[in-house]
Amino acid sequence: MSERHLDPGRGGGRDSGAGRGAGVAGFFARVRAMMVKEFIQLMRDRVTFATMIMIPLLQLILFGFAINTTPRNLPTAVFSHENTDLSRAVLAALKNTAFFSYVREVHSADEAEHLIRSGEVLFFVEIPAGFERDVRRGDKPQILVAADATDPIGSANALAALAGVINTALAHDRFVDAPGENAFQIVQHRRYNPAGTSQLNIVPGLLGTILTMTMLIFTALSVTREIERGTMESLLAMPIHPVEIMLGKILPYVSVGILQAFLIVAAGMLLFGVPLEGSVLLLVAATLLFIVVNLSIGYTFSTLAQNQLQAVQMSFMFFLPSILLSGFMFPFSGMPLWARVLGEGLPLTHYLRMVRGVMLKGATFPDLQVDAAALVALMLVAMTVAVARFRQTLD
Amino acid sequence: MSVATTDPAPPAPAAPSALGEVAIDVEGLSKSFGGRVVVNDLSMRVMRGQIYGFLGPNGSGKTTTIRMLCGLLTPDSGTGTCLGYDILTQAREIRRYVGYMTQRFSLYQDLSVRENLEFVARLYGVPHPEQAAQAELERLGLKGRGHQLAGELSGGWKQRLALGACILPGPELLLLDEPTAGVDPKARREFWAQIHELAAGGLTVLVSTHYMDEAERCHEIAYIAYGHLLAQGTVQQVIAQSGLSTWTVDTVGLTGREAGLAVAGLSRVLTENVGVDMVAPFGTSLHISGRDAEALEAAIAPYRTDPRYVWRKEAPTLEDVFIDLMSRSRDEMR
Repeated sequence: MSERHLDPGRGGGRDSGAGRGAGVAGFFARVRAMMVKEFIQLMRDRVTFATMIMIPLLQLILFGFAINTTPRNLPTAVFSHENTDLSRAVLAALKNTAFFSYVREVHSADEAEHLIRSGEVLFFVEIPAGFERDVRRGDKPQILVAADATDPIGSANALAALAGVINTALAHDRFVDAPGENAFQIVQHRRYNPAGTSQLNIVPGLLGTILTMTMLIFTALSVTREIERGTMESLLAMPIHPVEIMLGKILPYVSVGILQAFLIVAAGMLLFGVPLEGSVLLLVAATLLFIVVNLSIGYTFSTLAQNQLQAVQMSFMFFLPSILLSGFMFPFSGMPLWARVLGEGLPLTHYLRMVRGVMLKGATFPDLQVDAAALVALMLVAMTVAVARFRQTLD
Repeated sequence: MSVATTDPAPPAPAAPSALGEVAIDVEGLSKSFGGRVVVNDLSMRVMRGQIYGFLGPNGSGKTTTIRMLCGLLTPDSGTGTCLGYDILTQAREIRRYVGYMTQRFSLYQDLSVRENLEFVARLYGVPHPEQAAQAELERLGLKGRGHQLAGELSGGWKQRLALGACILPGPELLLLDEPTAGVDPKARREFWAQIHELAAGGLTVLVSTHYMDEAERCHEIAYIAYGHLLAQGTVQQVIAQSGLSTWTVDTVGLTGREAGLAVAGLSRVLTENVGVDMVAPFGTSLHISGRDAEALEAAIAPYRTDPRYVWRKEAPTLEDVFIDLMSRSRDEMR
């Protein structure tokens, strides 16, 4: 021991010392040292670690069970001015769909108005007097359907279904006369999700958003935390390159991300019967890539922010548009051009396409390569900015 | 300390680190932050194997200078070498051979003592990092505390661990920034014993401090105030260069409060005299210093006949010199 410290011939050892830690072996040794350190710190921070496991499960269960953009059993009121075979057929058809919980009959328009305003019912169907007669004459009578459209997503689906149901009732149940071409025109095509269940779409979406949120925040804090705790000064005085610091800080979280992804996919398949049509390997590869992209972006924020609070704020600045513009919340194709351009710059957009493709449509690599290339490009940009921005001195 | 003092450590004449060579040689270093000059035209030279004390009041630029030496800050102007490497272009090489102990504890508080040491050993590419960390633990006397989180250690132990982490990779130069701040006297003494042993083994140590007794333990010292290096050399040289003459006054036949009052009264009248630059009470005696010896004698002459006082001409202490240097440089700054 003492010889090592007191040996004045240490200078002689410089020759061997200069070789020490040089080259590729030294690079890996330092990245590993950094990884081990980060991993211990991560494991020791119990609350953070528990949060990382709980966030995906909680989110999945909340979103999966509580949120359904195709609501069922919506309370509906019916005001029928006549009691004919046809009107009864329409009501029976309504009752038969799962969209409407029960059909309550009212006897005045005012009453119906009151029910819908108070929120007791979400739909109100009015069958006019002389309905059957007009239909038989081919006069195409109007059925008034009023919907509480404060939740446009929920009501839109039911409205679409309602029109179909009535048309079907008119066509098949009773009548010889064709109710008109337009009666059959409302046709819903729900490919890949014939039942219209939201979970199928939400589970892959959640996989992407949860990974974005957790990965982004954990690395966003990593550099600023070292600065705030004063450990950065020591670290900078040691012979380690910014690239080595970055890799050492990013890689431990890849395993955390993989663990989260596994939990979400497993829970999605077990709880909600989400299929995995495509290759598992492709899903893992896409997810790994996506995790690294988010970690790189978080790390970039970390090198830009002055403190941990700023880093968290930057992460949220990035997270919100990711949710809104990526196609997770709203259909991507329905957005205006500028929003779609912005969305293309977000990793979540590309990942959602890939993961929905692999899980729900059985997509293969050729289908996904454009999005994969986009993710690689985003990762390289983020890493370059991070290394360029990383301050090797305290200036 | 368990550092082997018996080890004869034969001075191997290995070219790069032979004793008598220069470890730090910098010229005209300047650094300002936001227009405020923190270090101004600083030049210094530290020989290998030396313990070099870096003294100065708070905010005088000590930390900034140390950071420039190890490449953590880029000087605005000036040149120099550290262990033969250019401080402007070879920061990476310098980092490999320099152990820098920061003013604030900067190891990982949420890592155990052992994990911290292993981390350092791995980063520097020390062979067999686990064994190296274990050996360092034993050397530090922290063997039983290897599993303890660094953040839970007391101040003295933290300091010991921080120094151990600096020494572990086998540096050639140690830069210690106020290593003994907030450490108790016993730990301080042990610390200095260790520093001397390391220096005897050929390690160069630059240490900044506030404590005068620590300054006197250094081979050479430099005094820096307001970013200017005001004096450097051995303690004796610095005192001799100051040109300060000092008188000590003791009271005769007075005790306790009376003696205190007499000293305080004398202090008040003397301070107003031309030629008296500094009056400092030490218990019931008084240190009176002046830059002009004749003017000082003239100023105190009227009081030397007072039977209550005994006058004695003495060498100024390092503290007298530093306080004088500081007030002088402050006058010049105005």
